[in-house]
Amino acid sequence: MNNPSKNASPAPAEIPLAQGAVDALERAGFSRRDFIKGTGALIVTFSMGGALKPLAAQQARAGAFGEPAAPDAPPANEVDSWVAIGADGNVTAYTGKEELGQGMSTAQTQLVAEELCVPFNRVTLIMADTSMCPDQGVTSGSQSSPANFNHANLAGACATAREALLQLGSKQLNVPVEQLVAVDGSVRSKSDASKKVTYGEILAGKKFDLKVDPSAKRKPASEWTILGKPIGRPDMAAMATGTFEYAHNVRVPGMLHGMVVRPNAVGANLMNVDESSVSGMPGFVKVVVRKNFVGVVAEKKWQAVQIANKLAVTWSPAPELPKYDTFYDHLRNQKPTRDTLLVNSKDVEQKLAEAAQVVKATYYHPYQMHGSIGSSCAVADVQGDQATVWSPTQGVWHQRATLAMLLGLKGENIRVIFKRGSGCYGINGADAVTYDAALLSQAVGKPVRIQLTRREEMAWENYGFAFVIDERAGLDAQGNIIAWDHEAWSPVLGNRPVYTYPGNVITGFLAGFQPEEFRPRSPAPEPTNFSNNSNSVPSYVVGHVGGADHGAGTVKSERALLHNVVSPFWTGPLRSPQRLQNTFAHESFMDEVAAKVKADPVEFRLRHLSEQRMIDVVKRAAETAKWDARPSPKPRTASASTAGILSGRGISCVAYEGDNGYSAMVAEVEVEKATGKITVKRLVVAIDAGPISNPDGLKNQSEGGALQGLSRALGEEVTWDDHNVTSIDWKTYHSLPLGFAVPQVQVELLDRPNEAATGAGETAITVVAGAIGNAIFDATGVRIRQVPFTAERIKAALAG
Amino acid sequence: MSLITLNVNGQSHNLDVDPTTPLLYILSDDLGLRGPKFGCGLGQCGACTVLVDGNTMRSCVHTVSELENKSITTLEGLGTPDKPHAIQKAFIEEQAAQCGYCLSGVILTAKVFLDKNPEATEKQIEEGMSRVLCRCFTHTRMLRAIGRAQKEMAR
Repeated sequence: MNNPSKNASPAPAEIPLAQGAVDALERAGFSRRDFIKGTGALIVTFSMGGALKPLAAQQARAGAFGEPAAPDAPPANEVDSWVAIGADGNVTAYTGKEELGQGMSTAQTQLVAEELCVPFNRVTLIMADTSMCPDQGVTSGSQSSPANFNHANLAGACATAREALLQLGSKQLNVPVEQLVAVDGSVRSKSDASKKVTYGEILAGKKFDLKVDPSAKRKPASEWTILGKPIGRPDMAAMATGTFEYAHNVRVPGMLHGMVVRPNAVGANLMNVDESSVSGMPGFVKVVVRKNFVGVVAEKKWQAVQIANKLAVTWSPAPELPKYDTFYDHLRNQKPTRDTLLVNSKDVEQKLAEAAQVVKATYYHPYQMHGSIGSSCAVADVQGDQATVWSPTQGVWHQRATLAMLLGLKGENIRVIFKRGSGCYGINGADAVTYDAALLSQAVGKPVRIQLTRREEMAWENYGFAFVIDERAGLDAQGNIIAWDHEAWSPVLGNRPVYTYPGNVITGFLAGFQPEEFRPRSPAPEPTNFSNNSNSVPSYVVGHVGGADHGAGTVKSERALLHNVVSPFWTGPLRSPQRLQNTFAHESFMDEVAAKVKADPVEFRLRHLSEQRMIDVVKRAAETAKWDARPSPKPRTASASTAGILSGRGISCVAYEGDNGYSAMVAEVEVEKATGKITVKRLVVAIDAGPISNPDGLKNQSEGGALQGLSRALGEEVTWDDHNVTSIDWKTYHSLPLGFAVPQVQVELLDRPNEAATGAGETAITVVAGAIGNAIFDATGVRIRQVPFTAERIKAALAG
Repeated sequence: MSLITLNVNGQSHNLDVDPTTPLLYILSDDLGLRGPKFGCGLGQCGACTVLVDGNTMRSCVHTVSELENKSITTLEGLGTPDKPHAIQKAFIEEQAAQCGYCLSGVILTAKVFLDKNPEATEKQIEEGMSRVLCRCFTHTRMLRAIGRAQKEMAR
């Protein structure tokens, strides 16, 4: 049911979620789902009780980040694009926002059930399939809640649908609409429960044929019975019993297996491929070459692995990579740059010159990787001018548009079906491997599955950005900050492919497409619109742009300047991109300044904050952690000095992207003096994400964010030699296993039922490195300004 | 190619396969099982874990020919959504997963550890799980689920 193509897998679809979906659809009388190609538009039709009811597919804009949506995508302003109610009242909802592992499918199902007033288990959610779901761009950047849980899109469509059902019910019951309520999938009289009509009866299998009404009333949080509740994830049982169908489990009839052969060095070009080196091997089907892309296809997976290993390929010599040991200097000195000013009060140098004292520091953050536990995998079936792909991509419409470029097909002839992969945390190898599968499938005219090796995943993915960050602050005689200057250098190459850049990831590049062009620009233009998407602007400044203050703080003299330079490696969004790195610098620096003036780090932060939601998360984290209010570092007692273990606490906070969620974290750590080993004992994080859709889901992903942040702070770093990345497996890239001394993680949720829904997936992780670094300083009096905080680095700092 | 008989989840399968094939590929491609998954192919992460005669084995680094006449159990062989094993039930109750890709490694490793160390302390359980990765970092819930299963399995 989930894969209704000619090559649909005979295996059951996702269980129990999609098995539930299948049941729900069958119960609803959806005996068939046809895909009819009209004049360039893909039109989704349902067969409801025998009558064929087409869903309109017209022009609309639903893409993320202001991008225009695909013209043939179900339009975002039509209720029918988002929700369909079957003859028996069961609900199918369509969303462009995917389940990436953090529970978004459950929360969206709650949203639909709540707004439509139907039981949770009568809603089936279909995610990100270009043949039937709206184009919502990519699922990323903590944008799913803001996009679908406020007044537009999924929430708006369901609220509009409920109001329409009440109106239609009023006519059918001949009762004024004010006297009616929507309850449990029915419209009924408030005074006479016998006067009721079910949604199934009202619609009788028809579509809504309505525009989404932005003024349709959302149900107030005070009336929620499904949203806001800790409903368990319906997919959990299938995952725990090994029956859930991931992209990795998709099998289609006649499917072959592919592998790729990546260049032997970054920047090497293909010289020669000797097909005869493998053509006699068992199961051999084909060697596929396209410019620098090399892949093989075989009948079975193990055959493909052996063929790829044995294939004789000659590569050109490659230029040397920038030296790992001096890379941060290389970043700072590299030309040309692309410069961006986020805020600029133009008086920072003057205020720094006038200041009673100036504090300066430089912070370093390495490239880090997504490092998905499952290397990326996709299945593609390209036959003639038609293609179907099963992909864990975060953007099915982006994938469709760029696949069209790569394969030379029309976008409307390509169907991209999102299938869940292993957790991605941003752009892992999913887009690249989908291209790999498609190129191989096109070459053989049969479906091909490929899952990358661990090395291919880790050596060629789009890494999270490295950063060098200079911070300067001027203080007045009372120790208040009067000026803050932030200047950063960060390398970029490629990105998400979006709609037009297959070359933004490795496979597209190897196949001959260039990444998005690097456009040098210096000096930076003055800022005209405030955007703190990158958290380049610290929380403690006023953020004055365009005649108004947009920041969370009080410091009026402010500058934030970013220099992007060309990266030797592919880069792209990794959970809290830029925001995490900048926040590490801001929050470490705020702590340094507080220490300089002997102020308590919490009090010093509060003194410079104006945004009440920030103040509230800082206070909540501090209260919950029973914050020991005093300046850092912690006064050493004689016993602590001799025991060899030093303990301390640190705080860090962020207004995520300026206004897309708020978090504060207190970390408690122990430092072993002799070895430099850090043990984090406790993390307390306070989160404000607006109204809470599912408190247990929010806690789960905040706990995960806290510990993922801990792993990134303590151990994770991409490394390389003269020609290749050397962090290529779990021995060379250091992810904390289940067995490390897991700290106590305490998540405090601040519910804001009357505020807009904000992001939540990246708020916890953003503050971890700052909190831990500050706790290390509190414990030892030594400031670690470079991530990761390895034992060697701390031991050296303690000694020196 | 050679004929090999594999006993998986209580069923016997006669297969004609390359005997050097890693067990994982046989389970996922030839038998269509979804529990064990390819994570690293190096035996480092645990996602491909299966039980062999009551011990854990990383199926990505063992050839199928090593497994003749052994009893193999995958995550789906341990219990079903309707009748989950106590440890699977604990994971469901604690909502101890995010993407869930690592669960063969986490759940089966914990199960064997608890079978052998029913009285293990929290610290010993952490040590027992020290070769298993979860990149969503659902660690706190997973350890809580293992603790819950420990109590349940002791009954």
